[in-house]
Amino acid sequence: MRREVPLFITFFIGMLLIFSVFIPPMESLGEDFTVFFDIIAVFAFFLGGGNLLRVHVSKLTRQKRDWQYSIVTLLGFAVTLVIGLFKIGNPGGIAAAPTAAGSLFQEIFDYCLVPLGATMYSLLAFFVASASYRAFRAKNREATILLIAAFIILLGRTPFGTVVTGWIPESFDVLQVPNLAVWIMNAPNLAGQRAIMIGIGLGVVSMSLRVILGIERTYLGEDKS
Amino acid sequence: MALYKWFFVLGFIFCLCGMATAQESGVPPDSANIDTISQSIPPPAPVTDLQAFDTRNDHGHSITLKWKKSADDGAGNNSVIGYEIYTWEPNMVDSMAQLRSEIDQVRAAIYGGKKTGEDLKKKIRTLKDQYDILLEQLTVAHAGYPEGGEWRLVDKVPAGTETYVHLGSKEKLAEGYIPDYTDLYYRVDALTADSVVKTPSVVVGPVQCYGQWFNTEQVPVLITVILFGVLILYFVMLARKGKEIYVRPIGGIEAVDDAIGRATEMGKPILYVLGLGSVSDVATIAAFTILQRVAKKVAEYQTDLIVPTYDPIVMSVAQDVVKSAYYDAGRADTYKEDSVFFVTQSQFAYVAAVNGIMLRDLPATNVYMGKFYAESLLLAETGALAGSIQISGTDEIAQMPFFIVACDYTLIGEELYAASAYLGREPILLGSLKAQDYAKAAIIILSILGIIATVLGFTWFTEFFHVTS
Repeated sequence: MRREVPLFITFFIGMLLIFSVFIPPMESLGEDFTVFFDIIAVFAFFLGGGNLLRVHVSKLTRQKRDWQYSIVTLLGFAVTLVIGLFKIGNPGGIAAAPTAAGSLFQEIFDYCLVPLGATMYSLLAFFVASASYRAFRAKNREATILLIAAFIILLGRTPFGTVVTGWIPESFDVLQVPNLAVWIMNAPNLAGQRAIMIGIGLGVVSMSLRVILGIERTYLGEDKS
Repeated sequence: MALYKWFFVLGFIFCLCGMATAQESGVPPDSANIDTISQSIPPPAPVTDLQAFDTRNDHGHSITLKWKKSADDGAGNNSVIGYEIYTWEPNMVDSMAQLRSEIDQVRAAIYGGKKTGEDLKKKIRTLKDQYDILLEQLTVAHAGYPEGGEWRLVDKVPAGTETYVHLGSKEKLAEGYIPDYTDLYYRVDALTADSVVKTPSVVVGPVQCYGQWFNTEQVPVLITVILFGVLILYFVMLARKGKEIYVRPIGGIEAVDDAIGRATEMGKPILYVLGLGSVSDVATIAAFTILQRVAKKVAEYQTDLIVPTYDPIVMSVAQDVVKSAYYDAGRADTYKEDSVFFVTQSQFAYVAAVNGIMLRDLPATNVYMGKFYAESLLLAETGALAGSIQISGTDEIAQMPFFIVACDYTLIGEELYAASAYLGREPILLGSLKAQDYAKAAIIILSILGIIATVLGFTWFTEFFHVTS
């Protein structure tokens, strides 16, 4: 029963949703099932919070390696939760929304979480530089083609590209770097992307059919029977 | 005071002066202009050939309108700036709107927990009964056109438009409800810059809307799904009969075993990142199936596994998957409940936490499988700096280049979905992979035929595969 019930539910709901694509009176079924998902997601928040507390309290009490970081996590969690729940520092009082303008809860979000997130995001600029350096080393034929394509696109997207090849006559304007960059993006790049997208589409259908028909069961554990 | 503030003050004074001048004259400043425009704009030519019919392949409650644009739309006097779509409605719809408003108020009172001293649930039942009675009379009232009703504006569309779908709600209590099997009448007015100068079309109707039981637009999709399903079942049956199935080698998947072995030799953990997807994403489901295979190998080799998650539901499923893998490997006693844990639902806070794990625990292998967004390069580059072997797989096309650059092995596109079957080497699952390869071959052949057909002018071939959602 541990396996049969989930497999039956998956098959039944999966087939229902496939039919809903072809049968107009059933087309809103997908949205209806999303509501069920939202209900489960509400309970999952408690699950996530509970797990966070359990993991970090255990780390703290057993003084595992780097346990000091858990104090920061637990303090941050508790302070934000208490301020949000009891509307501490909220100009509208207990009746106002926790995210009301000027509330301490909103300010924690605006002045702590958002700048920290932005800091992490800004690291991307440096990582892009280091990753590009590694990718554009002309080690072999493929890497050389990649380097040339990247060079043309980088040049084509700057005013310098227009200046450098602006002298090429109109009849050969395809050879101007900005036009070459557009061609690379719209022809070889788009063709490659579409090929991958077709593969992904087939993979999604295949995976979904495997799960719906019960052929793929690894996510349930192996069949002992 | 800064210069821009002076500009602001001067602008404010200028506005005040303008308002005072307008009030002194006692005439709105634009009235004269409007009169001039009214005199200068002749009534535009009406739209012609207006047709109204039931919208096909839907659940009903919708009418499609088609017309030929006014002769003054983009030509002639070039005075048409748009069109107004009108429908005729009986006066009783006002009473229905009033009842809907009352029902909403009572509902708000119930949800708000207001104590009014009266039985609100009984009141809402009474109001709904009254509404149902009016609803039953609505079809008859529509049939009484043109008596006892008036034209009401449905929508405005810009010039050049020649089609409009009046999409109503199927919910009886919704504001935009359009009843099925009821006589409806429409007209389209050509508008000019002056709201007074417009020309109505002829009235079209009666027209009725109704639902269809099958969406014929989706026939190519249905045929493809059936053929693909049959192909999968055929190869699964072949595999069950014991036929040897060859599947092309995928480098990234073959590297998984080596990577786990490397981690065991080094005595370091394996980090498995499931991405930011939810359990409803197929990529995340594929990532679970790969996690099961990896966790089983990890259990057999007695290596540590770390699975930080972004979504609590994903965490819950991942815990179950890893636990069952340890049971399957016969190593239930070595399963650590804390190996799969929830981090946060903030994208960059999650990245910070996972990067911290990478730099502190220095995992021998990092596996990224599932849905990834802007964090892909942040994670993969940090992993590369930490000297870990990295294997990634995602179906997000925009993130693939980052993974290809920063990881040792990358599963591109559908390889992510094939990985579980490939790792397990189970004949039944390999059968479905074989079907996938044949389907890809069929798509390549059809694409080539499509190019040839289009070049030769046989557009019916490409039209057959056209699908509208």
